[in-house]
Amino acid sequence: MLQGESHEPHPFTESEAETVQKALLSVVVSERLLIKGGRVVNDDQSLYADVYVEDGIIKQVGENLIVPGGVKVIEANGCMVIPGGIDVNTCLHKPYLGTPPVDDFYQGTKAALAGGTTMIIDHVTPQPGDGLLEAFEKWQEAADKKSCCDYSLHVDIPHWHEGVKEELEQLVQEKGINSFQVYMAYKGLYQMPDSQLYEAFSFLKELGAVVLVHAENGDLIAQEQSKILGMGIIGPEGHPLSRPEELEAEAVFRAITIGNRVNCPVYITKVMSKSAAETVAIARKKGSVVFGEPITASLATDGSHYWSKNWAKAAAYVTSPPLSPDPTTPEHLHSLLACGDLQVVGSGHCAYSTSQKAIGKDNFTLIPEGTNGVEERMGFVWDKAVAMGKMDENQFVAVTSTNAAKIFNLYPRKGRIAVGSDADIVIWDPDKIKTITAKSQQSALEYNIFEGMDCRGGPLHVVSQGRVVFEEGKLQVQQGTGRFISRKPFPDFAYQRIKYRNKIMNMQGVSRGMYDGPVYDVPATPKYITPAPSAKTSPTTHQPPPIRNLHQSNFSLSGSQIDDNIPRRSGHRIVAPPGGRSNITSLG
Amino acid sequence: MSYQGKKNIPKITSERLLIKGGRIVNDDQSFYADIYMEDGVIKQIGDNLIVPGGVKTIEANGKMVIPGGIDIHTHLQMPFRGTTTADDFTQGTKAALAGGTTMIVDHVIPEPGCSLLEAFDRWSKWADEKACCDYSLHVDITHWNDSVKQEVETLIKEKGVNSFQVYMAFKDLYQMSNTELYEVFTFLGEHGGIAQVHAENGEIIAEEQARMLEMGITGPEGHVLSRPEELEAEAVFRAVTIASQTNCPLYVTRVMSKSAADIISQARKKGNVVFGEPITASLGTDGTHYWSKNWAKAASFVTSPPLSPDPTTPDYLNTLLASGDLSVVGSAHCTFSVAQKAIGKDDFTQIPEGVNGAEERMSIIWDKAVVTGKMDENMFVAVTSTNAAKILNLYPRKGRIAVGSDSDLVIWDTDAVRTITAKTHHSAAEYNVFEGMELRGAPMLVVCQGKIVLEDGNLHATSGTGRFIPCSPFPDFAYKRVKARKQLAILKAVPRGMYDGPVSEFSPMSRGGTPSASTRTSPTKVPVRNLHQSGFTLSGPEEAPIRPAGRRIVVPPGGRSNITSLS
Repeated sequence: MLQGESHEPHPFTESEAETVQKALLSVVVSERLLIKGGRVVNDDQSLYADVYVEDGIIKQVGENLIVPGGVKVIEANGCMVIPGGIDVNTCLHKPYLGTPPVDDFYQGTKAALAGGTTMIIDHVTPQPGDGLLEAFEKWQEAADKKSCCDYSLHVDIPHWHEGVKEELEQLVQEKGINSFQVYMAYKGLYQMPDSQLYEAFSFLKELGAVVLVHAENGDLIAQEQSKILGMGIIGPEGHPLSRPEELEAEAVFRAITIGNRVNCPVYITKVMSKSAAETVAIARKKGSVVFGEPITASLATDGSHYWSKNWAKAAAYVTSPPLSPDPTTPEHLHSLLACGDLQVVGSGHCAYSTSQKAIGKDNFTLIPEGTNGVEERMGFVWDKAVAMGKMDENQFVAVTSTNAAKIFNLYPRKGRIAVGSDADIVIWDPDKIKTITAKSQQSALEYNIFEGMDCRGGPLHVVSQGRVVFEEGKLQVQQGTGRFISRKPFPDFAYQRIKYRNKIMNMQGVSRGMYDGPVYDVPATPKYITPAPSAKTSPTTHQPPPIRNLHQSNFSLSGSQIDDNIPRRSGHRIVAPPGGRSNITSLG
Repeated sequence: MSYQGKKNIPKITSERLLIKGGRIVNDDQSFYADIYMEDGVIKQIGDNLIVPGGVKTIEANGKMVIPGGIDIHTHLQMPFRGTTTADDFTQGTKAALAGGTTMIVDHVIPEPGCSLLEAFDRWSKWADEKACCDYSLHVDITHWNDSVKQEVETLIKEKGVNSFQVYMAFKDLYQMSNTELYEVFTFLGEHGGIAQVHAENGEIIAEEQARMLEMGITGPEGHVLSRPEELEAEAVFRAVTIASQTNCPLYVTRVMSKSAADIISQARKKGNVVFGEPITASLGTDGTHYWSKNWAKAASFVTSPPLSPDPTTPDYLNTLLASGDLSVVGSAHCTFSVAQKAIGKDDFTQIPEGVNGAEERMSIIWDKAVVTGKMDENMFVAVTSTNAAKILNLYPRKGRIAVGSDSDLVIWDTDAVRTITAKTHHSAAEYNVFEGMELRGAPMLVVCQGKIVLEDGNLHATSGTGRFIPCSPFPDFAYKRVKARKQLAILKAVPRGMYDGPVSEFSPMSRGGTPSASTRTSPTKVPVRNLHQSGFTLSGPEEAPIRPAGRRIVVPPGGRSNITSLS
């Protein structure tokens, strides 16, 4: 049932995992757990049931379970028991100009667990010039050492060339990666032109991967940036001014168009503005296979802070696409999330300290981009969507966990509480109120962009890999316990429709007789592509005179009659076939 | 009103004309009045006019008298790979006049790398020699550099051109990158030009064309298969975005599909200054003919963007035209003989692109929009004539029946029915994409430059009588809003104190902009810390995290205390 039963297909992590398992055998794996009296909430239904966990797997779900003695029992007291969150967008290892982010895999996954997220998918960002495989291995090594929860990886494609294809094939078939990000922004660095995007989409579709798109029009951003710097605007407010939301919407539209042409699923990372979200929603209504991912920051705060007098505060919000200065944006995005037009919530967590941000103190284009949000992600969706009555608890599970698992082919191993699924479980308290502050956060950052906000809803207990890691407000984690979860290509959630469309979309040419009328003689200047080698050959050699059938053609040959006295222009050479101008077509 | 025409209105103008008993229909109102014209200009409008004796009088008998049509988009006598289009300026303007159009605006297409001014001179020479009605010219910008910039400025300031077309398709030929489009639009926005755009995503078209040919699809159906309508919609969306960024009025030529039209109407609702131009072919027929078994027939429909295979498209576009979401109807008249089209008989990408439509333009709209009750007669005048005149800054000289306007007008017979066929049309092409259509509404009498050129079905046009009509920049219709927005849209920086906290050390790899020379210098003065004015908390996490290796921080004298100083 579970396609991801083999965790790590390659020897390195397997042995690593084994040693870890041996070392932690007494502590971790032997733990048996019974969650009693909770309401199990999946994306499709909620029911009262107990959950029994053994060896990191859910063994039984139901009432009056028969379990061995000496099992640790957690009383849920009617609280919700939900699948652990999956954060599909983190950057815990992405260096900026040689400096790593302050939250590495240890720090970042700790924050994730404290917020109820039991799995992350991090972005591998190869520096231009690095190979994809090389970068992937670097990331995997770092994560294996430090990660406290299960993880998987997206690989970003910084530029497109023939060599990348081989690496991609290897990543999909041997390394268990099924999602790759391309960039429409960052001119001169990561940006790809449309024709490369087309090729990348075509290739990734053949591999059965999900294409993630960073959607912003990089050409226009570059223009706007130099314009705005030229005007003397160098502070963080230049960031949103040079990246207005229509550039995001435009790129989303273009990405979807290319996706439609290639018949390839498209996943828009970081939906930050109303118009981008609308574009995704409209495309879905027309039938495009497209997914939209708002992030914690775009759901909980807005871009008015870029105008803060406090440089460090303003810079803390710098991320791309930027937060929209329109303060009604978060509410709108929540509405679309609740009705299913947007599917997944990521965090876009990428933490740079104030001193790192200050690299761009005299030039906003140099401010490293990224906001926090991995810890706050689930809380804010609850607070702003469920507690406000926009969304029900099942949809909450869908957008924080299940949809992500489905899109990236982890379902039902992840994203569901069911027998055989991984024991990543959260007991969720809908009434818990917490004030967000940098003082009490898990992240190593000295600031928090949600500083001072109250948030209803939070985890009471977090179970990761069958082990209680968060209880009574305390984290008990160990670095290196996170496993790499490999993902197979062709996730049904994205590819089922694509496969059917592939079958239907076979185009066919019209079978016609050869055109054998006169052909204008063209001088040999190739215009678009090379012209047909010889358009001039007269059909004497190979064609019997065709039978003219006027009944099947409603085409009238007669030229103009009123102006027949007008002399023909010079330079009008016509190659007439033998038999005169009579045959325009022969219907073979 | 200065007429900067190349020649002075000779012989024709002495004609004096009185139109009696007609119903004058402008874009804003209709009323019964007589019209008296002299020297090619409307002199009097009203009842019981006092006119000199011996004036030729035409009885309109209550029929509509409308401003002559302006066909804002033609390609007459266009060179194509050593040949020219089948209709030259004589042939094409005759067809236009026969359909009730008394002015055309042709596209000058300089070859990439060639001078815009030279091309402009060539075109105006051809037109001066041959055109039978007044004309004006758009100039297409087929490549972009500083010398082109200067030429565009000259064209605007000295030559009377205010509209320039750029291409988002035709990869490696005319196509421009987003960056170039941004620069062109910025430049035109500053100089009062209208940016016209051929909106299709050329990059993807090139990919799709290669794919089609590889699949063995070489016939005209490959044309439409490789240019699906979403590529048009995508490019329109992008063009609207760039125009709105640069605050430049945008004009989308050839709106051929529902989705492209939808994008324009959405953008207009959001306040963008954008005009959409459907053409005769997209309003009158559809793209199902590309699958015709008759190659020559299928090829005759080849134009870009292609006609949509969705047969409900014409109806939809007529609806948007009636509601004002689309602004102007052109014909994009560009005819090739069957032998010319046959250049692409083995490869659809080689088929020369263009359809006829100059003659049928006004009747198609009357038949499809007014007769069906979508549009009233005033709107009919607006989309066939007045809006074009406003966009080109020729209003009210053209596009209106008023005292002082040019006497280009048409007596429109709402009940006439004619069947379109290549046998009787005035174009030199052997085919007509509207073949066999019965259209209600036709001109009964056409007056051009004060002279009757069509009467009782007979055309009396003279080559070379057409004058060049210069268009001045900053047309109010497009630029009033743009000007107002320019004043509002001034961006301001936030005045902040210098950031004087620690700056992380980084490897100097440039990323977009050039990094500032020295970000590392630490301030010597210890600034005053003012926490009251800042809502930002500095406090780090309580439990010290494990600091990732390789994280060097330059601490300024005085420790880590100062994040900002608010001076």
